[in-house]
Amino acid sequence: MTQVEFLNIVMPFKDKVFRLAKRLLVSTEEAEDATQEVLLKLWNNKKKMHEYKNVEAFSMTMTKNFCFDKLKSKQAQNLKIVHSNYEDGNTPLQKQVELNDSVDWVSKIIEELPEQQRMIIQLRDIEEYDFDEIAKMLDMNNTAVRVNLSRARKTIREKLTNTHNYGIK
Amino acid sequence: MVLNNIEDLLEKYENGETTLKEEQQLKHYFSQETLEPHLEMYKPMFTYFLGNQQEQFTKDLPLKTTRTFNYKWISVAAVAVLMLGFYLKEPIVASYEEYAYGTFNKPEKALDEVTKSLAMISSHFNKGTSTVNYLSEVKKGTATLDYLNEIENTTSIIFKN
Repeated sequence: MTQVEFLNIVMPFKDKVFRLAKRLLVSTEEAEDATQEVLLKLWNNKKKMHEYKNVEAFSMTMTKNFCFDKLKSKQAQNLKIVHSNYEDGNTPLQKQVELNDSVDWVSKIIEELPEQQRMIIQLRDIEEYDFDEIAKMLDMNNTAVRVNLSRARKTIREKLTNTHNYGIK
Repeated sequence: MVLNNIEDLLEKYENGETTLKEEQQLKHYFSQETLEPHLEMYKPMFTYFLGNQQEQFTKDLPLKTTRTFNYKWISVAAVAVLMLGFYLKEPIVASYEEYAYGTFNKPEKALDEVTKSLAMISSHFNKGTSTVNYLSEVKKGTATLDYLNEIENTTSIIFKN
């Protein structure tokens, strides 16, 4: 497999890998590193690539596992505090994306969700995968995905209603 | 779009029962500028989702084509070196006989040569020993010293008395 062929396969979903990594790791730099790592792993195993039924789903699962490993090792090193006040490196894009503070608020609410729910929100509401795909990527069953998704959406809505009503920002 | 419809969809959405298409409808609806006041709070959520879809991975990938080294080329190289070695060895063997002028084909001639060179060696050897003959002069000198013994005899006689 040449580089061009590989890139053609990887291009469509590399941003999704990156966004999932960012959802889990929070910091842009770390997400970039994770994405690079995942894609390089794919490249090194390119001979096995045709065996995977769905390269995209496979890479998403890889990303999830990789990020979990990262988070775990970080907890072991007691460096959890590092990202509590992170600065987003992508400010121009973010600014263009943000209409007002409440959009920023949404990202903070999502950050507070449990990892499982964060991933499901990411995969469903942002990447727009269907439930079967998400279930396969996260190694869960279909209903568990729905339940978690519903919980996450309700939490986001509740917190948004609170801020909306009391104007806490 | 009918407001009721949106409210129904929102409820389904919260229960995780909406299809992807319905969710698209919701996203589309909430991307409008003006909304019903009681639905205003959903807007940031859907704008966030839409906005986040555009974030891209910009870091470049250092894809290394790992050149897998083929070990069979080592054997090819080894054979080549070996062949070269044999090829270069041939002329050295040929020239060795040229240089080997110290050997003779006929034994008589060899004997002749050997006696000649041995004679040369012995003549030189004799020259060397002849210079050592001066040593006999030293012997003569020591012989005269024997007279000292006579003196000793006389002194012993004197001390006896």
